[in-house]
Amino acid sequence: METYTLIVLTLAATIRVATPLLLAALAGLFSERSGVVDLGLEGKMLGAAFAAAAVSAATGSAWAGLGAGIATAVLLALLLAFATVTHRGNQVVAAMAVNIMVAGLGPTLALAWFNIGGQTPQLDQPAQRFLAIVWPGSATAREVPFPGLLYAELLSGHNLLVYLAAALVPLSAWVLFRTRFGLRLRAVGENPLAVDTAGISVTGLRYQAVLISGVLCGVAGTYLSIAASAGFTRDMTAGKGYLALAALIFGKWRPYPTLGACLLFAFTDALASRLQGVALPLVGVIPVQFILALPYVLTVLLLAGFVGKAVAPRAIGVPYAKEN
Amino acid sequence: MSAPAKLPRWAELGLLPLLNLLAALVLSGVVVKILGESPWVAGQLMLRGALGSQEGIGYTLYYATNFMFTGLAVAVAYHAGLFNIGGEGQAYIGGLGSGLVALWLGHLPFFVVGPCAVFAGAAFGAAWALVPAWLQARRGSHIVITTIMFNFIAASLMTYLLVNVLIKPGQQSPETREFGAGAFMPSASDVFAKLGVTLAPSPLNLAFFLALGAAALVWMLVWRTRWGYALRVVGQNQDAAVYAGISPPRVIVQAMLLSGALAGCLGLNELLGAQHRILIDFPGGAGFVGIAVALMGRNHPFGIFLAAVLFGALAQGGSQLAFDLPKINRDMVVVIQGLVILFCGALENVFRAPLAAVFGLKGAK
Repeated sequence: METYTLIVLTLAATIRVATPLLLAALAGLFSERSGVVDLGLEGKMLGAAFAAAAVSAATGSAWAGLGAGIATAVLLALLLAFATVTHRGNQVVAAMAVNIMVAGLGPTLALAWFNIGGQTPQLDQPAQRFLAIVWPGSATAREVPFPGLLYAELLSGHNLLVYLAAALVPLSAWVLFRTRFGLRLRAVGENPLAVDTAGISVTGLRYQAVLISGVLCGVAGTYLSIAASAGFTRDMTAGKGYLALAALIFGKWRPYPTLGACLLFAFTDALASRLQGVALPLVGVIPVQFILALPYVLTVLLLAGFVGKAVAPRAIGVPYAKEN
Repeated sequence: MSAPAKLPRWAELGLLPLLNLLAALVLSGVVVKILGESPWVAGQLMLRGALGSQEGIGYTLYYATNFMFTGLAVAVAYHAGLFNIGGEGQAYIGGLGSGLVALWLGHLPFFVVGPCAVFAGAAFGAAWALVPAWLQARRGSHIVITTIMFNFIAASLMTYLLVNVLIKPGQQSPETREFGAGAFMPSASDVFAKLGVTLAPSPLNLAFFLALGAAALVWMLVWRTRWGYALRVVGQNQDAAVYAGISPPRVIVQAMLLSGALAGCLGLNELLGAQHRILIDFPGGAGFVGIAVALMGRNHPFGIFLAAVLFGALAQGGSQLAFDLPKINRDMVVVIQGLVILFCGALENVFRAPLAAVFGLKGAK
C-alpha cells in the first residue's frame, strides 16, 4: 500500500518533470528534421522562462506571460535562422552564442528591472501562474487506491501546459508524417537539393521549422518559470535543453519514441529525488549524481550504436547553398 | 548567394574580426543603455579595470591563461575537422588530475610536484576526450553531441566526488582541503621579485607562461611536423587523407587526445595557481569561451593569444563594472561574451559581402 502510493507519486512527478523536456524535444524535432541542428533549445527556453515570469509579474496575467515567453523564444529562433539559414553561419556556434548570451541577459535584466538579485519577483497571485487543474471527483476517487489514486494523481492535478504538451505529441506526429508540409520538412532535412529542384524554397521551409521550434521552446520556458515554479531564477533551465536534445536523439527523431525517452529521463530524475539518502536492499545508497547522469550515459551508449542505432537526418548541420 | 567572397588576407584576418567585434561591443553598449547606465562610462570603467593598473593587467592575463588553454584545445580539434565542445568537461576532469597530485604530493618541493601536476592534468583531460574521440573515429557518433553529454557526466562525477569523497571533513561547501605549499604555482609577482622587479599582487602565475609554451608547441605541431600535416589533411578531406596513406580514425583520436590534454591544463592556472584547492564548477564556462577564442583567433595560436587576452580583459573589466555600477552585475560579462561569439562566429559572413563590394571583388551577389 505504502509502496503503491510512492510509486504513483513518483510517476506523477515524472509527468511534471517530463513536460518541459517533451516540449523542448518536440521543438528540436521540427528544427532538426528540417536539417538545422537545435543546440539552442537551452537558450530559447531560458529566454522564454525569463520573459514569461517578468511579464506575468508586471501584468498579473499568466496568459500575457505565455505570450511573452513565446514571442521571446521566436525572436531568438529568428536570430538563429538569420545567422544559420540566411547567412549560412555555423549552426553549433550560433546556438552556443545564443545560449551564453541568454544565460547572462536574463539575470542582468532581472537585476535592472526588479532589483532583487538576478531573479524576478515571487508570483503569488493565482492569475499570474498556470496552476494545477483538479478534475471533478478526484478528491473522492483518491480514497480508492486503484484506479482512483491513478485518476487523482496521474490524470488530474496537472496544469494546462502539461495537457498541451501531451496533445502535441500526436499532433506533431500527424503534421510530420501525414501532411504535405511534414513531408517537405522531412525532405529538406534529408535532401535539400531535391526539394529545391522541385521548386520549393529550402530557406522558407527551414525558417518555418525554426519558428515552430521557437514557439514550442516558448511554451517549455513558460512552463518552467510560471507553471512549475513561481518566478525566474538564474540558470533555471539547468541543462534541460541539452537533455531534451538527448531525448530527441534517444527517440531517434520520432515523436512517440521521443515521448518515451522524455518519460524515461524524467523518471530517472524523479527517482533520484526519491532515492536521495535511501538505502536499498543489496546495493545500499546509490549516489544521486549517478542516477542523474544516467540519461547522458544512455544517450552516449545509443550514439555508439550499442543500443540500437540513431540515424540523424542526413542533411543535418549542413547549410544549404543554392547553385547559380 | 554564391560561395562566401574571398577577401584580401589582411582584411580576412584583421579587418573582418575587428568589425565583428565592434558590432558586438556596440550592441553590448545598447544593452548597458537599456539597463539605465551610460555605455560610455561603462566602457571606460571596463578598460580601466582591465588594463588601467598592474593588478588589473595581472587579473586580465590570469583569466586569459584559462582561455588560451581551452581555445587551443578547440583549435587543435578544429584543424582535424572536429568540433570539440567538451572543453568544459575535459578542463574539469583535467583539473581533478592536477588537483589530486597537488593534494597527494603537496608537501614536496614545487619542481617535483609541478611537472607531475602538468602531466596528470593533461592525462586526465586527454582521457576524458578519449571516449568521444574513439566513438567518432570508429563508430561515427557525432562528436558535438557526445562531448556535450560528457560535459554533463563530468559535472555529475565531480559533484559526487567533491560532495562525498574529497570534501574536507567538517565543512559544508563541497571543496577539498588546501593543497600543500609545494603545489602552489609560483605567482608572477614572486617570480619577478626574485629578479628584482616589483609587481602588484594578482593571481597571475607561472601557468600563463605554460600556456604561452603550449601555444608555441601547438604551432610547431600543427604547421611544422608531419603529424600536423596529416591532421590538417584529415580536417580538409578525409578521402584525400586515405589516398595519401593517412589513417583518419587514428589522427582523429590523436587530435582529440591533444585537445583534451590542452583543456585539462586549465586546472594548473585555476587550481594550482589561484584557488589552491579543488572546488565545485571551477572551470566556470571557460570551456565554452574557448570556442569563441578559437573562432576569433582564426584557430591560429597567435590569434588565440590575442583573443584570449581580449576575453580576459572582458572578464576582468566586467568584474570592475559590476563592482562600480549598482545596476550591473557580473552576468553582463556573459552577455558580452555571447554577443562576441554571435558576431565573430555565427554572423561572420554578414559583413563579408559589403566588405567585398568595397574592395570591388566579385563573388558576392
